Amino acid sequence: MAAVLETNAPSPTGSAGLHRTDAYYRLRADIEEFLYSEAELLDERRFRDWLTLLTDDISYFMPIRRNVKFGQHGERENTRTGIGISWFDEDKWTLTKRVDQILTGVHFAEEPLSRVCHMVSNVQIKKVLPSLDDPREVEARCRFLIYQNRVEYETYTFVGKRTDVLRMTDDGWKIARREIILDQNVLLAKNLSVFF
Amino acid sequence: MSHSRFDDPDKLVDTDRGFVSREIFVDPDLYKEELEKVFTRAWLFIGHESLIPKPGDFYTTRMGEESVILCRDKQGIVHAFLNSCRHRGMKVCRYESGNTSLFTCPYHSWTYTTDGKLQGVPHFRTLYEGLDREANSLVSVAKLAIYKGTIWATWDKDAPDFITYLGDAKIHLDQALDCRDGRSGGSEVIGVHKWIFPANWKFAAENFLGDTYHNPSHRSVDLIGIGPSAAAGKKGRRDDELEKAQHVWISFPEGHGVHSAIQPEENEYIESFLDNPVLEQYFRHCFEERKRRLGEQARLLPFVGTIFPNTSYHGRQPRGLCAWHPHSPTSTEGWRFFLVDADAPQEAKDYLRRYYMRYSGPAGMTEQDDMENWLYATAASMGTVARRYPFNYQQSLGAWTKDHHLGGTVSLQITEEIARGYYARWKSYLRGAAWDELLGVGGNLPQRAAE
Repeated sequence: MAAVLETNAPSPTGSAGLHRTDAYYRLRADIEEFLYSEAELLDERRFRDWLTLLTDDISYFMPIRRNVKFGQHGERENTRTGIGISWFDEDKWTLTKRVDQILTGVHFAEEPLSRVCHMVSNVQIKKVLPSLDDPREVEARCRFLIYQNRVEYETYTFVGKRTDVLRMTDDGWKIARREIILDQNVLLAKNLSVFF
Repeated sequence: MSHSRFDDPDKLVDTDRGFVSREIFVDPDLYKEELEKVFTRAWLFIGHESLIPKPGDFYTTRMGEESVILCRDKQGIVHAFLNSCRHRGMKVCRYESGNTSLFTCPYHSWTYTTDGKLQGVPHFRTLYEGLDREANSLVSVAKLAIYKGTIWATWDKDAPDFITYLGDAKIHLDQALDCRDGRSGGSEVIGVHKWIFPANWKFAAENFLGDTYHNPSHRSVDLIGIGPSAAAGKKGRRDDELEKAQHVWISFPEGHGVHSAIQPEENEYIESFLDNPVLEQYFRHCFEERKRRLGEQARLLPFVGTIFPNTSYHGRQPRGLCAWHPHSPTSTEGWRFFLVDADAPQEAKDYLRRYYMRYSGPAGMTEQDDMENWLYATAASMGTVARRYPFNYQQSLGAWTKDHHLGGTVSLQITEEIARGYYARWKSYLRGAAWDELLGVGGNLPQRAAE
């Protein structure tokens, strides 16, 4: 039976319409470097510095994913930003509060601090505005694997996909939108106290 | 208690002296007994009408460790069935929610209608001559109740009706379920969190019984401020609506417990939702309307509570219902159903959902710290030596009265009397007590007067 999974996700072939010019490869390398250095800040627990990588109007979103019938994935699998309850659907104010909370030293879910390792891979450039020669805003997709170990024996592995919109500013690239697709239904972790 | 090495529940729970054995939080035999004797008898919260508004709508829920289908049949009647085929046990539904006319078992294709009746059996005529379809319907709960939108069920046909089961805790649960402006009911679920945490389920249930004493573990959010007036500069994790109120901690004979508050006689509005002038106006309006509708009764405001055994609520900021589903002695699946007034303005709903998300559950800045406590309290109670030392439940021992218009056993100071009442009732269930005792009829709880 020929059937197509309907989803809202961008075309899996990726980067459609983007010619593989030198400018394209330079941009992808630039974006990869940005994402790696962002991961480095988080893993080094430089949370305040990490916040400076976010635009003031950032949308940070992690839907809850549901088990739905074949054919309903596009419409019903993931909760939507702006509607109802997700794992995260928040702005810079809230993210800053999360950092403030960790830095109180009495946020016991992160005190003592977890050991966290962010792996970022499969980076794809999906969209570039206005053009490859003058990239001001880039939609980049990647895979993440985040390992968290806390206290002695607690270990969690978060695996999924991310779609980021990165915006060029006077201070370099900043994250203007982040959609985090965690590949779990019931959350298999007691907490989401790490940044994605 | 023939299949347990704990033959005397009185040795596990001593509410007179204020001790509870750690064994009840970690022991696999006691856990199995709980599944058999508590979760097959008590009324359990299984969902909300707003999750299944139309005929054919279903929502897959849980009772104890077991998967249960909550379904509105073609006639509009709500049912709850064990999610397991009568033939070989396969789950007949592995979707979380949806709309259907039939549940078809993937294994051998037996099909069931939305009222649970066995309809289709492949090769029925040649292979199943005389099969009693009625006797092979999906296994239905014994009783189901819909109360102000919330749906509850029990496997015990002898259980009292749900309102009787609630007893005097009803008026407190009402404060979580009723509209903010005092109209009865009218809530809707705007989302459900589901997550697993490695702790005994009773830590979560007890946390919401009115364990106000654990407030220091939320110091980090109180320092930074995450409440509905935080952006306007207020510290704390919620608006201080109860700053002038008389707090009450109440243990009910059915095992329920609540922390509520009674506003002073003048019952004046206390500013809240200062982050947003539209919401400030809206909630001020709700306050005035509620006061006009309910009069003297409007002075009662909810904080938290647990309906025995595993349903908890947050009454106002935030607002929702939790079910603490047992997975093992040391693992629990938390489900939180977030509530708003169905007819609240969109702007209010949008603000509330954002507040709920930053407060509650595994991504919530407040409740992350609860989960940390429950995990390590469970983990550090498993040791051979640790198990010899019961938990101390002596807080405010004897400081209560039964002479209060709200009923139950009322304390006017932070107390573990509610937890003592809860575990006394837990003990009755483990003894297999009759419903009279489970409801506290005949005064099985302590009768001492307040000092």
